[in-house]
Amino acid sequence: MTDLTYSDIPAGKNIKPKLAFDDWIMRAFIAMISLYLIIALALPLYSMLSKSVATYHFDLTQFEFQVSDEEGNFSGDIKTAAALNDEVNAYGPEDLAAGSNDRLKVTAFFPDFSFRSPVLYKIRGVTSDAVYIYGSERHTGPEWNEYDSNQFRKIVLRPIASFGLSNFSRYFSTPSLVRSITNSLVISAISTIITVSLAFWFAYSLARSCMRFKGFFRLIAMAPILVPSLLPGIALVYLFGNQGMLKSFMMGESIYGPIGIIIGSVFFTFPHAMLIITTALAISDARLYEAAVTLRSSPWRTFWTVTIPGARYGLISAAFVVFNLVITDFGLPKVIGGQFNMLAVDIYKQVIGQQNFEMGAVVSVVLLIPALIAFTIDRLIQRKQVALLSARSVVFVPKENPKFDWACFVYCSLITIFIAGILGVCQYAALIKFWPYDLSLSLKNYAFDLMDGGGWAAYRNSIKLALLTAFFGTIVVFIGAYMVEKTHGFRTGRNLFQFLAMLPMAIPGMVLGLAYIFFFNNPSNPLHIIYATMAILVLSTVTHFYTVSHLTAVTALKQMDNEFESVSASLKQPFYKLFARVTVPVCLPAILDISIYLFVNAMTTVSAVVFLYSTGTALASIAVLNMDDAGDIAPAAAMGMMIFYTNVAARTVHAALSRMLVKRTQAWRSR
Amino acid sequence: MIRNIHKTLSIGAAFCVAAFVSANAAELTVYTAVEAEDLARYAAEFNKDHPDIKINWVRDSTGIVTAKLLAEKDNPQADVIWGLAATSLLLMKSEDMLEPYAPKGVENLDPKFVDKSSPPTWTGMDAWVASVCYNTVEAEKAGLTPPASWEDLTKPEYKGHVIMPNPNSSGTGFLDVSSWLQMFGEDKGWEYMDALHENIARYTHSGSKPCKLAAAGEIPIGISFAFRGAKSKADGAPLEIIVPSEGVGWDMEATAIVAGTDNLEAAQTLVDWSITKKANEMYNTGYAVVAYPGVAKPVEHFPPNLLEKMIDNDFEFAANNRAAILKEWQSRYDSKSEPKG
Repeated sequence: MTDLTYSDIPAGKNIKPKLAFDDWIMRAFIAMISLYLIIALALPLYSMLSKSVATYHFDLTQFEFQVSDEEGNFSGDIKTAAALNDEVNAYGPEDLAAGSNDRLKVTAFFPDFSFRSPVLYKIRGVTSDAVYIYGSERHTGPEWNEYDSNQFRKIVLRPIASFGLSNFSRYFSTPSLVRSITNSLVISAISTIITVSLAFWFAYSLARSCMRFKGFFRLIAMAPILVPSLLPGIALVYLFGNQGMLKSFMMGESIYGPIGIIIGSVFFTFPHAMLIITTALAISDARLYEAAVTLRSSPWRTFWTVTIPGARYGLISAAFVVFNLVITDFGLPKVIGGQFNMLAVDIYKQVIGQQNFEMGAVVSVVLLIPALIAFTIDRLIQRKQVALLSARSVVFVPKENPKFDWACFVYCSLITIFIAGILGVCQYAALIKFWPYDLSLSLKNYAFDLMDGGGWAAYRNSIKLALLTAFFGTIVVFIGAYMVEKTHGFRTGRNLFQFLAMLPMAIPGMVLGLAYIFFFNNPSNPLHIIYATMAILVLSTVTHFYTVSHLTAVTALKQMDNEFESVSASLKQPFYKLFARVTVPVCLPAILDISIYLFVNAMTTVSAVVFLYSTGTALASIAVLNMDDAGDIAPAAAMGMMIFYTNVAARTVHAALSRMLVKRTQAWRSR
Repeated sequence: MIRNIHKTLSIGAAFCVAAFVSANAAELTVYTAVEAEDLARYAAEFNKDHPDIKINWVRDSTGIVTAKLLAEKDNPQADVIWGLAATSLLLMKSEDMLEPYAPKGVENLDPKFVDKSSPPTWTGMDAWVASVCYNTVEAEKAGLTPPASWEDLTKPEYKGHVIMPNPNSSGTGFLDVSSWLQMFGEDKGWEYMDALHENIARYTHSGSKPCKLAAAGEIPIGISFAFRGAKSKADGAPLEIIVPSEGVGWDMEATAIVAGTDNLEAAQTLVDWSITKKANEMYNTGYAVVAYPGVAKPVEHFPPNLLEKMIDNDFEFAANNRAAILKEWQSRYDSKSEPKG
């Protein structure tokens, strides 16, 4: 008797379910939205990466020189610059690696050069792409040109393009640039610890105490989401600057620098951390607390053995989200950072200040690394968090405890005062005529048309951008999420799509913006017509905020049983009917959440669009940045507060609309 | 409602007029770094003489406009550059991005304001000149005496009381650094900046900010430019505009046609107009020094001795050494992370 093994059995036919017409359409949709993400994300990132290895160097073999004697007769040898450099060692290899705008002086090849000498010089390029500049005249090609000594000192060589890692070695050998890495990491770490601690106690107070005004506290704590990240920086100038209202609190320290960045970062990341931790605390299981009480565990012990472990994933996730927000933020360190360099500001300085696009790309790559790591860890942990939820969990209901409730109330009030105070100071500053010399109130700071930054048109553009982003973004995101959730089979395609949909969260806005310049401002790219239009702003903003919207949509869709699809298929209904008649109405709350999320972020974003706006499409958030940059700080505060009020209004409309729609379409949820 | 109808009608009328005019109209995309509040006036004055050419402004600070133009090198979006630092235009000239053209009447301009190539690739409009904005109220509180020279600013009494623009991001900052290197010589220039750095509270991104900060009392001394100081003073700030005795750096705003423009004829018309006496009178409202000799009238609050103190600026030196100077500056001063106070 022989053993029968698997290999003895003839391989069966690979069974594949037959694909219906619907499946093909859905796959086509996935392909379309994947294509969108590839064009709006993957290809620009690729062009940025290739830009970071696009280097320049001075090729000394490209140039030939001949020197005359004192009478002006050319009888000496013709030598290449490379040969001359070997003789006199004027430039080392590190001098020959260059940026695109660098120039090399030629007089260094001739140690006995004097501009008063009667000696004449001839120069030519050996190849046709050799370029040298006399004064400001550009010369190329193999024609000989003759200069006297006085003219010759005005000649400089231009580098040629090549590929390699020399940009990176240049970066890491420039101390001022490398220092930003440590600065960014340290500031982000400190801000993370402070924010997460503060936010944890706030969320804990909301979830575990019976204090009053919980709704009010929550509302105020969410306010920082509605303003650009640089607004707290402006408030800090008025509070703790040299003419600040509370300057004495600084005890001689300057607010311009790490202190200012950290306080501002805590302000703008607080709501993000609070939301995540609140969710984590909300899922904790009351049965565990009952068990702890039965086992006579002290509250202190219960806190450390039940509460913290239960919320640990939330805490870690909040930490990485905050870390990512701080390290990729550009507005705040630009406004209040003083001499303290951070990576995101370095990108701006390299590109805007020095027109060194290659180095900007290098810094972007450097900034990508911590952002990617933080993002990956966060994703891994989020996955575990879901597993914690069990169907048998019992919701925890806090009991009254006057002492504890009172302490929570005081704590939350302090945080609320901090947040409302920052916003209040901005509004106050915006109404002051001329701080600190003329404290009378006036609306003169609202005359935006008289200042740099785009005026009231910028404000209107921002609203337009926010509406367009909310409209198109919601459609693209929701359809994408639906197709990827409800398609059968097609594993590889769906996984690829999931990956593309998660990627934007890991890409800092500055990096995305710079990548868009490289990709869309390339004349051989047929899409370059959208460069400098509103379309590119909408595209970049939708892409920048794609991930969170996508996750919201997926969560909502996951709550819908797949039976709907099966039933609809068995009734021979095409999927789009189900989509329009059932899925969209059921998911309406989530769809509204996505659109308000996109709207608010489009109003406040600075980093992705700062490289992409043009005069016709200046934005309010950019105007805040530019007015502050020009020293018009009060108008900047005024415009920042306009963004705040607009977002408050949008949120109010959203809340009213949600309530109305929920009443009409979600009545079935409550029985 | 009635107002809406009115609006619709007037928009409609505007469209009709536009359609009528566009029979022989041209639109020019003009890149500029001129202050926002002056742009509408410049276009209006120009359109009085040439109503058929519409100007679409693309305005930003010097650094950004320069970056934009260089980024668009292979795909130029601009037709004309009107009002950008000459140092930036030289950079573009050496990249062959500018169309050489001798505007009508170019011989009337001060030769200092015209590119030396023939035909010239750019023509100057006006000069913006470095100055020190000194807040008398705050300085008195801090017990400072007004500085008279650049050298004075390195005295220990000003420690932490001076702000200047970062030359890596600001055209004004670069103009200061390049002028010190030209006036004091390379070695002495860097020595001077080493000493000055000890007193600098921080470097700002933009060139006008130091003066506005001085005007707001945030700092007693801001190294900026005279035009900005005069404006803040006119707004009521307790400022004194000091012209250091050694001389002051300057740069000019200049005009050029972008090579490869589709609207060459209209671009030439604009550039012709930009160097007329009338245009120069227009520049004079903000700038005390303009390209057309004999036009300039004194500007309110402008320091009277500013003209004599302008150094003999070598723009080619500035343009060709820009990258090297900025690199050196960055390695010397940008790495100090802690603000001093």
